[in-house]
Amino acid sequence: MAAVRCIDICKTYLQGDQEIKALDHLSIEIEAGGFVCLSSPSGGGKTTLLNAIGGLDKPDSGEVWIEDQRIDTMSKGELADLRLRKIGFVFQAYNLIPVLTARENVEFVMQVQGLSPAMRRERSTELLNEVGLAGLENRRPAQMSGGQQQRVAVARAIASRPTLVLADEPTANLDSKTSDGLMDLFEELNTHHKTTFVIATHDQRVMAHVPRLVRMLDGRIVDDIEQNAA
Amino acid sequence: MNTLRVLLMLAWRNLWRNHRRTFIMLAAISVGVWAMIFMTALTQGMVNEMVKDGVSALPGHVQVHHPNYRDDPNINNLIPMADTELSAKFAAAGFEQWASRIKVPAVITSERESRGVTLLGIDPNRERDLTFVDYEDIDGRFLEDEADKGVVIGRKLAETLDTDVGKRIVIMSQDPKNDIADRGFRVVGLFGANMQSLEETYVFAGKQTIQKLLSVGDHVTELVAMGDDYRNVEPVYEKVVKLVDDSVVVNRWFELDSYLGTMLRVMDGFVLIWVVVIFLALSFGLVNTLVMAVFERVREIGLMLALGMKPSSILGQIIIESMLLLVIGLAIGNVLAVASIAPLNSGIDISIVAEGMEMMGSASVLYPQLRMEDVILANVVVLILGFFASLSPAWRASRFQPIEAITRVD
Repeated sequence: MAAVRCIDICKTYLQGDQEIKALDHLSIEIEAGGFVCLSSPSGGGKTTLLNAIGGLDKPDSGEVWIEDQRIDTMSKGELADLRLRKIGFVFQAYNLIPVLTARENVEFVMQVQGLSPAMRRERSTELLNEVGLAGLENRRPAQMSGGQQQRVAVARAIASRPTLVLADEPTANLDSKTSDGLMDLFEELNTHHKTTFVIATHDQRVMAHVPRLVRMLDGRIVDDIEQNAA
Repeated sequence: MNTLRVLLMLAWRNLWRNHRRTFIMLAAISVGVWAMIFMTALTQGMVNEMVKDGVSALPGHVQVHHPNYRDDPNINNLIPMADTELSAKFAAAGFEQWASRIKVPAVITSERESRGVTLLGIDPNRERDLTFVDYEDIDGRFLEDEADKGVVIGRKLAETLDTDVGKRIVIMSQDPKNDIADRGFRVVGLFGANMQSLEETYVFAGKQTIQKLLSVGDHVTELVAMGDDYRNVEPVYEKVVKLVDDSVVVNRWFELDSYLGTMLRVMDGFVLIWVVVIFLALSFGLVNTLVMAVFERVREIGLMLALGMKPSSILGQIIIESMLLLVIGLAIGNVLAVASIAPLNSGIDISIVAEGMEMMGSASVLYPQLRMEDVILANVVVLILGFFASLSPAWRASRFQPIEAITRVD
């Protein structure tokens, strides 16, 4: 079964009097356990596609499926539940809740899911170690660097064991070393947990990491390449 | 339960993100709540004194009369049943206090002046705990029994009549045959009261002496019973109704003195209005604080929605934040109110406005009355209205579109 299926989706925005076609009859299928990078110049539609897949935005037409569930017709509550159970998000910025510590941010989704405190603590400790933040568990976002914050966001995105992780420009605010480390972490999670990753980026190093590269332009897919990851 | 814990934690921490704003809002709520409770205690104290004085001047929470007595309080409108028979029934019924008396209009005359008064023929032993007269604060002595041949009048009346203890006066009234009944009495005592009007109006004499003077045999005009709370006279009323027949009417104190009864209801309504008005003033600050808090956190709220938190949880988080603010403010306000009312328990001297207060039927010392019902009312009103006031900003926060909120530019 495909992890993600978009069928002929369109999304138009109004910018002043001008209509912008962010997605233009776009169709794509991403297999379970896939590792896909969406790439386009700014305004090419990759973030809009990511938002549509994550149920954060609804397409004007077409269908969006996550596994066997059609999500473009779901209510707000159903979408929230789907995101809570199946999807992990990593945004470019403003990823963390400022009043929570690194550990609490990682545990946030698990807590809303209703996992026991012991299980949450075990997983958050393990994940924070995995992303190299052991010892920083009790720091609040304002006390961490951009890279550290992004790694906390990654730990949070995968803490609830989602089947799909959507990352929007996850390396945009990171230096090259941190960026490489983050991509290695994604690959490892993809390999070990069979988590499907869809990453929107225009970072060449990220593109080089992934086995499938989807190039977009003006809301359409112009290239869909299977490649040997570096 | 887990979600509630998360919401509580987020609400609590968000509350202290902007210390200064939270402290200012807490100060406003605390002062508002203090004002609600303090002013209510003063108002209730004033009403309480008015009603207590009023009821003690009547006196009696529940009274039995001839059906025509209230319209025409003269000696022809006696209670048809014999006093000894009724008294025996009342004595057996186990009232807190009760008494029977003759209460008729009369004229009192000294060698210099005459005045219209209300003559009370009483059993002094039964009236001790009912009347406004302090038996220990009498110039001379109070009546010794219901056959006492003397009279006790108010100090103010004595001054008006230019008489004193030991001097004689004449009391004149009508008997049931509409003949003049008069008799000379010796003034055996002068009483004081916290309102001059009481000192001017009432003249006390022994019940049997007055029964003889007015030739009414074993009859009285009034039978009264007291409960322990003037606000709750129903149990006493129901008990009295069972003891009497249809030849008499039974009234509660607020039916006998409709001014006092109305005043009590008006004051109860005033307290509620006062509490609501203060809250409305507070609510502007509260809503403003919440709106600010929400709009400072748009992206964060968007993030939580994106991560799978339901809109209802966002709504809950903002409401919990508001409730926490209100609960802390209420706690401080309640403590302030109790701390400021407790030292005033011995009364506030308002003799500077004594005349005005007496016109309203109140004494010149005000005893603030902190009633649990009023404290609960203030707290409940603040919490319930606070809940509704916070619904609007909370609702707006819960309606954010996650992606628009996350990408919002300040």
